Amino acid sequence: MSLRDPLGQVLGRGSAKQGVHHWWLQRMTSVALVPLSIGFVVALLALPGLDYATLVAWMRHGGTALGLVLFVLVAARHSHLGVRVVIEDYVHADGLKTLALVISNFAHVLAAAAAVFAVLQVALGGRV
Amino acid sequence: MPERPLSPHLSVYKFKYTLATSILNRFAGLILSLGLILLVYWLVALAAGARAYEQARAILSLGVCKLVYAILLAAFVYHLTAGVRHLIWDTGRGLERASARRSAWIVAGVSLIVTAVLIYWLLRPGAYAR
Repeated sequence: MSLRDPLGQVLGRGSAKQGVHHWWLQRMTSVALVPLSIGFVVALLALPGLDYATLVAWMRHGGTALGLVLFVLVAARHSHLGVRVVIEDYVHADGLKTLALVISNFAHVLAAAAAVFAVLQVALGGRV
Repeated sequence: MPERPLSPHLSVYKFKYTLATSILNRFAGLILSLGLILLVYWLVALAAGARAYEQARAILSLGVCKLVYAILLAAFVYHLTAGVRHLIWDTGRGLERASARRSAWIVAGVSLIVTAVLIYWLLRPGAYAR
């Protein structure tokens, strides 16, 4: 026997069984970002120069390209989750909140896709 | 809908270090989210070829951009150290008042020192001349 009232069941109310999903994903991306972000910042600061040839040579290293793809994907997901919480906490007007969340969703997916595409283009491309 | 008080009602709290470390972590995270846009711009410019990259680099080398990199580095180091503190808390350790206070000082100290070193490295004489 269910303790939930019939109307609630018809409307699909109640736990969606996803209570900790957001929290867990935020932790998983945090853990992954510890080595990925340190690696990115240290590698970038250690480069001898930031000219085109140096950067292309750097990115054509398989390890660099893989690390960059992982870093931007995980960082974008982590940022996506974090910005969502900030919007939900501080934007109280319903319409504005939805709009902000939609913009954040689109912007994060676009950022991740553009960054991965750019890294692959440099890593695998013929132009130097 | 009736007007009800909404959480978080920041104005009712007395200012304490716990509040400072928490809101700074959020703020740093938000700054890093904006930094993501800069990272994507840089990568896309690089993918667009040598000429496009040199044009983007002229903009990215401006003095005001160096200030932006310094802020991003500070936000990164703080968000990283405060984030590790959160991950340790998630294991159930370090939540007592004394150890939470100690770890707040460690986070502040470590992030100040590491940020200072990284900003010096970034702005050191002759850095990234090429």
